[in-house]
Amino acid sequence: MTSPLQQKIKITGPSIVTANRTIDGAVIYRTAANGWSTSLSDAAIVRTAEEARALLTESVADDIGAVGAYIAPVEIKDSGKIKPGNLREHIRLQGVTIDLPVSA
Amino acid sequence: MPLVKQGRIATDSFVHVGDGAELPGDGAVLVSAARFLEDPQALLQRAGKLGVIWPNNRDVDDLVPWLDRLAAVALVFPTFRDGRAYSQARLLRERHGYDGELRATGQVLRDQFVFMLRAGFNAFEVKKESDAEAFAATIQRYSVFYQPTGDGRVTALHRRMQQRHSESAGQ
Amino acid sequence: MYAYDELDRTLINERVEEFRDQVKRRLSGELTEDEFKMLRLQNGVYLQLHAYMFRVAIPYGTLSSKQLRRLAHVARRYDRGYGHFTTRQNIQFNWIKLAELPDALADLAEVGIHAMQTSGNNTRNVTSDQWAGVAPGEIEDPRIWSELIRQYTTLHPEFSFLPRKFKFAITASAHDRAAIKVHDIGLRLHKNAEGETGFEVLVGGGLGRTPFIGKTIKPYVAGRDLLSYVEAILRVYNQYGRRDNIYKARIKILVHELGIEKFASEVEEEWLAMRDSALTLDQAVVEDVRSRFSYPAYEKLPHMPEELKKAAHDPFFERWRKNSVFTHKVQGYAIVTLSLKPVGGPPGDATADQMDAVADLADKYSFGEIRVGHEQNLALPHVAKRDLPALWKALDKIGLATPNINLVSDIIACPGLDYCSLANARSIPIAQELTRRFANHDTAELIGRLHINISGCINACGHHHVGHIGILGVEKNDEEFYQITIGGRADENAEVGKLIGPAVPYGEVADVVEDIVEAYLALRARPDELFVDTVKRLGVEPFRERVYATR
Repeated sequence: MTSPLQQKIKITGPSIVTANRTIDGAVIYRTAANGWSTSLSDAAIVRTAEEARALLTESVADDIGAVGAYIAPVEIKDSGKIKPGNLREHIRLQGVTIDLPVSA
Repeated sequence: MPLVKQGRIATDSFVHVGDGAELPGDGAVLVSAARFLEDPQALLQRAGKLGVIWPNNRDVDDLVPWLDRLAAVALVFPTFRDGRAYSQARLLRERHGYDGELRATGQVLRDQFVFMLRAGFNAFEVKKESDAEAFAATIQRYSVFYQPTGDGRVTALHRRMQQRHSESAGQ
Repeated sequence: MYAYDELDRTLINERVEEFRDQVKRRLSGELTEDEFKMLRLQNGVYLQLHAYMFRVAIPYGTLSSKQLRRLAHVARRYDRGYGHFTTRQNIQFNWIKLAELPDALADLAEVGIHAMQTSGNNTRNVTSDQWAGVAPGEIEDPRIWSELIRQYTTLHPEFSFLPRKFKFAITASAHDRAAIKVHDIGLRLHKNAEGETGFEVLVGGGLGRTPFIGKTIKPYVAGRDLLSYVEAILRVYNQYGRRDNIYKARIKILVHELGIEKFASEVEEEWLAMRDSALTLDQAVVEDVRSRFSYPAYEKLPHMPEELKKAAHDPFFERWRKNSVFTHKVQGYAIVTLSLKPVGGPPGDATADQMDAVADLADKYSFGEIRVGHEQNLALPHVAKRDLPALWKALDKIGLATPNINLVSDIIACPGLDYCSLANARSIPIAQELTRRFANHDTAELIGRLHINISGCINACGHHHVGHIGILGVEKNDEEFYQITIGGRADENAEVGKLIGPAVPYGEVADVVEDIVEAYLALRARPDELFVDTVKRLGVEPFRERVYATR
C-alpha cells in the first residue's frame, strides 16, 4: 500500500488536504493552524506541489486524529468562498446526493 | 526486538549472522537459506546449534531433508498482511513432523500471536516491546476454536460431540 | 435456522473483546492506522467517503426475527436509522462511529450476530440460495454445509492473511440462485450414484476488473472430504497466489495463469497428503450440525385456501401474488419475496421501522424467520397461503409490496459514489431514475424478467458483469460516464455481458436503457422470450444500432 507521501503530487489549481476523523469518520479539512476542521472554509489552501507535500506530511503525522489524508482540488469563488473542486469532494462535504431513507 | 518463548520475554540464544559475515566459533546461529544451502554439511558440522531463516516465497520441501538436524527454523512475515508463513509452519509441523524451535520473524504483532501459536510457532521475534509484554494475556483471548491444526486443541465440533456423548452416556 | 450454542456465542464474545481492545489501542495511538486497518477490516469496518461503514454478517442470508430487531436497534442507536442489504447477503451501516463500534458489536453478539471476516483478505460469508430449505426440488438444505464451512473458515489460523479476499457460494437446486459460477469456490451439492451427498467444486469464478466464470476442478467431492479438499485449495492459493499486485491477487488469476489442469493437480497432490486427517467430516459431526437447524412444524394445509379464493377479486393483491409469491416445497405454504426496490427509492435499503415491522410479520406469518437474497430483497420463507392476503396488506402499509420482483425495476446496485470511496460514479440515482421510468407495472410485466445491475466502479459490487443489462460507472474528464453491457447471466448458464458501445454520460443512461428495452420488445420472437435469450439469439448488434443511431 503506497503512502500518500510516496505518490506523485500533481497540483492543477488551488488545493486542500482532507481526511476523515479517526474517532467517528467525519470529513475534516487541514487548517493552517496545524489542526483539523469540519468546515471547508477553514481549510488551508496550497497552490504548489511543495506546499501540498508539506501540508500532507504534517497531516499524515497526526495518525491518532485523522485517517486517509489526501490532496483534493477546490474552487475559489470571486468572493473568496472555497467550494469543493469535484463531485467526490462535493459529496463528502454535502453528503449523499439522494434522500436518506427515513423512518415514518 | 524482544524474543518471546514459552509465554514470556526470553534471552535469545541465537545470533543472526549475515551472509557475508564470519560465523562465531561456537554458539547458536541463524543463517539465511541461501547461505545454508551453499554448504549445509559444513554448517551442520560446526560446534553450536544451527538455525535457518527460510524465505516465505520458497517451498519448505527444500529444507525437509535437513530438518532433524536443525535446532531452529525461522519463518518470515515481511508484512503482517503476508500470510504465507502460516502454511509453511503447518507443513513443517504437521506434514514433516518438525519439532525444533519454530520462530516467527519480521512483522510480528500482538494480534497474530494466537494464529501463529496455532500454526505451530513457539518462538516470536516481536516488533513491539509492549506486545511482547502482553503475550501471556493475549494468548488467553480465545477459548473456542473451530478448526483443527497441529496444536492439539479440541475443536468446537468435537467438543460438542464429546458433550453429547457424555450426556447420553450419563442417561 | 441454526441455533448458536454456548461455544459459538463464546467465540463471538471473545472476538468482540479483542476488537474492543484493538480500538482502544488505535485511539490511544499504540496502533497506527496502517497496523489497525487490517484488523478493523477483519471485523467489517471500512473507511468510506463520509464515515466508517460497518458490514455485518448474515450467514447464508438467514435471520431470526430477534436478530432482525437487533439490526434495527443498531441502525437507530448507532447509525442513521436504516441499513443496506448487500449482494452477498450481508447488511451495511453507513454512518457508524469507530469509538462506538465495540458496543454495537456487543449488542449484536447478544443475539448471535457478528461481523467476523466480512472484509479483509480472508474467507468471507458463505452465501447460499435464499430459498434454501424450502425450495421445491432442492436436494438437501445447503445451509448445513454453509455452516460447516463457516465454522471451519472462521478465524482459521492459516488462512487469515490470504493474497486477497475469498468468497464461497453453495447451491443445492438445479436452478442456481446463489451465483456459484462467479465465486472463488462454487459448490454444487448433488448425490452420487450411491445416493451419497457430495459437491461439484468450481474454482476461479469472480467479477471485478477481470471477470471469470468458475471452472470445475473436481466433479464430485464426497461430503466427508469437503473441508479437507477446501483446505487443499486454500493452501495452494495462500502459497502461490500473487502478492505483488493487488489487481492480480485473486484465485481466479492463479487458476487462469496455471491453467485449470495444473491447478487441479497441485490441489490434488496437496489433498492426497492430508485427506484422511482431522478435517474428515464423519457422519456424526454433520448430523450434529444438521440437528441444530430447526425447521417449522408445518400444518397440513389445503392447496387453495378460502382466504385466497376470496382475495382473488382484488387486482392489486393478485398482481402482487403473481409477482412476489413463490411455490414452497410444502403444500399450502409459500415463499414470499419482499421488494426493497420501491419506485424512486435506493435499492436494498430498509429503515429501522421497516425492519421491526418485518420482524413482527415474520413472527406472525413465517415462524420467526427471514431471508436475505443477493438481489438485495428480503424473503419470508414459511408463509401459509391462507395468510397471504393479510400479509400483503401489512407489507403494502410499510412500502414493501412493490410487485416488481425479477422485473426491470428490481435493480441491483452498489452504494456507488454517494457512499463509497472506491467509486468513480454514482449508482443509486441511476437506479432511482430507472425505477421511475419503468414505474408502470403493466409495462414492467410486459417486458418480463429483466435484471439490471449497476456498479459504480470496476470492483463490480453491483455484479454488473452478470446483469442482463449491466451498467458500470467510469470517470471521464472528471465527469460520470457509464459503460453498458447486455446478455450477462449469474445462474447455471452464467455468462459475462458484452459491451454495446462507448460510455454514455450520467444524464443519458436512463434513455439508453429505455432504447435497449424498446429494441428488445421489437425484436423478441415471442412475448415469453426473455430479454437475455433475445440477446443470445441476435447478439449485441441490433441493440447497438438502436442505442447509438442518434448518439
